[in-house]
Amino acid sequence: MQIVRALLTRLITTLITLFGAAIIVFVVIRVVPGNPIAMMLPPGASEADIDRLKALYGLDKGIFEQFVIWISNVVQGDFGTSITLRQPVYDLVIGRLPATLELSVMALLIAVVIGGAAALTATLYRGSKVEGGIDVAGGIALSLPDFLWGLALILLFGVLWPLFHISGRISPSLGFEFSTNFYLFEALARFRFDVVLDLMGHMLMPALALAIPLAAIILQLLKQSLKECMHDDYITLARTKGYAESSIILRDALPNAILPTLTLIGVQFTFLIGGTVIIERLFSYEGLGNMAIDAVINRDLPLIQGIVLIFALLFTMVNLVVDMAYAALNPRLRHA
Amino acid sequence: MSFLSIQDLTVQLKNGMPLLRHVSLDVAPGEVRALVGESGAGKSMIGKAVLGILPKAARLTGGKILLDGEDLQTLSQKARRQRIGARAALIPQDPLTALNPSRRVGPQITDRLVDILGWKRPDAEKRALELLEEVHIQSPDRVMKAYPHELSGGMRQRILIASAFAAEPKLIIADEPTTALDVTVQKQILKLIREMQQRHGTALLFVTHDLGVVSKIAQSLTVLYAGKVIEETTVKDFFAAPSHAYSKALLAATPKYTDPQGSLTPVPESVITAVEAEVAAFDEQARAGTRP
Ligand SMILES: Nc1ncnc2c1ncn2[C@@H]1O[C@H](COP(=O)(O)OP(=O)(O)OP(=O)(O)O)[C@@H](O)[C@H]1O
Ligand SMILES: [Mg+2]
Repeated sequence: MQIVRALLTRLITTLITLFGAAIIVFVVIRVVPGNPIAMMLPPGASEADIDRLKALYGLDKGIFEQFVIWISNVVQGDFGTSITLRQPVYDLVIGRLPATLELSVMALLIAVVIGGAAALTATLYRGSKVEGGIDVAGGIALSLPDFLWGLALILLFGVLWPLFHISGRISPSLGFEFSTNFYLFEALARFRFDVVLDLMGHMLMPALALAIPLAAIILQLLKQSLKECMHDDYITLARTKGYAESSIILRDALPNAILPTLTLIGVQFTFLIGGTVIIERLFSYEGLGNMAIDAVINRDLPLIQGIVLIFALLFTMVNLVVDMAYAALNPRLRHA
Repeated sequence: MSFLSIQDLTVQLKNGMPLLRHVSLDVAPGEVRALVGESGAGKSMIGKAVLGILPKAARLTGGKILLDGEDLQTLSQKARRQRIGARAALIPQDPLTALNPSRRVGPQITDRLVDILGWKRPDAEKRALELLEEVHIQSPDRVMKAYPHELSGGMRQRILIASAFAAEPKLIIADEPTTALDVTVQKQILKLIREMQQRHGTALLFVTHDLGVVSKIAQSLTVLYAGKVIEETTVKDFFAAPSHAYSKALLAATPKYTDPQGSLTPVPESVITAVEAEVAAFDEQARAGTRP
């Protein structure tokens, strides 16, 4: 009963959040200068032509009326048609979403594995040179934002030492026919490891660029929480029982130290998804973010609105997953 | 033959400041030895040295700790931990913090049996249930599955006692195991520890600053001041007539059983000065190497 109620509350807040996001994006992109009609017509088009196009896209109506029309269409699953690409926004967004999801999740996995392993290692060797080295590496990782890491990686592993592809999502020469847009997932499921390798060769650098700063943040917070836990009495008791330090860290300290890090990962992951916009552009990776930049440049209002809505939906989903994981990991919440 | 034999144990801070000064004490199988002294005297430090959990800032710089005749310092860190885990156990001071909040109670009792001593899990669980009954916990099945925060302080201390006795250790160190509890619960827990110790014939080193508790549980006692053994005697002799002036003052400073509200004499200044001088002279002798 309680669970149903919690879920219902959650659903309602999600809807309100999405509605708020819809209003904001709708207003903002109409307030900033520049309009899509001017982009579409050759210079010197007649007033009549402009008016006709405006009417076609409903831009001749008042902003409030436009919003009502758009939102009632959205509720019915119609997100409109892209002005520049002349395709349904829904198809465009859903078509690109898997590429961005794969990139973000890959980046998150890399960040969690590297950051987590570094924090655990630093805790095991606390007070020694190993911890010092890990701290220094963490500091360096945090000193640059993701897109500068992207540039650095392109220089290092794209130009100086060309290990990876620096642009695109897959080599066209591969000629592999996908039946979904989850390329990596599909290639794995079909055991086409040659394709997986090619996809990874494209994805690894942008994913790393996104992951490096996040890994450092995870390292710092998790290490701090672990360090505090290591002074707790139940840790000392585990030592008297005969356990090795490494198993104490993993079994006793980690579950108690992980909750703040989990919350942080949730927040940071939404930032990371936001970061894909620039990173995808940098690596010409055909995801949502790259499409978003084109849409903004072209003032493709319906497409921008669709992309922003899907991002907002993603963010709320991430928060939901984090809350659920939090409740699952914290026995005190589970029984509350 | 003592099960625990501490010989000439010296523990210092990294800066050379002594925390334990050539401490020697023995605990025989089945014996309960109380370790008394004021706060900061180093009582807990002795227990920590034996159990291999000295704080990072402190170092064992001299002496021997023999557990069942085996010198722990000659073992590798890993072997030492395992040996201690198999032969000794700790009943900690604060039951509220000594259980891992994110693990169920059952595995916290059985983990040593399974992971360190190689028991099969069902056997260990059966043993845990028996132990929980032994420490008078109702519906042990339910308690095994509970998380620590669902249980009272007294319950948790019973669980920690059960956990300490789980592997039939020959030595248990109890570090003020009742100070964090309500007065009524204190009495029950004390009685329980005594009962368990007698039934299992365990050697018990009982750390306390409460002389009132000593007479109820221990046969022998060691008085500590500033990390130095001041007096080492039987409980009977101690309460009849403590031989050291500091011990006498300590006894006078303890509320009488018969008259808990009675007036107390704090340890007089002159006694403190004398015992401080004794410790200083002892340090001087130790440095000159003339101590017998
Ligand atoms: N982690 C530590 N770092 C430095 N000094 C410490 C540390 N822990 C304890 N000490 C010092 O060691 C001495 C002995 O401490 P210990 O905890 O053994 O006292 P105690 O006799 O158990 O006192 P209490 O009755 O308060 O528990 C004290 O002077 C204390 O300040
Ligand atoms: Mg103490």
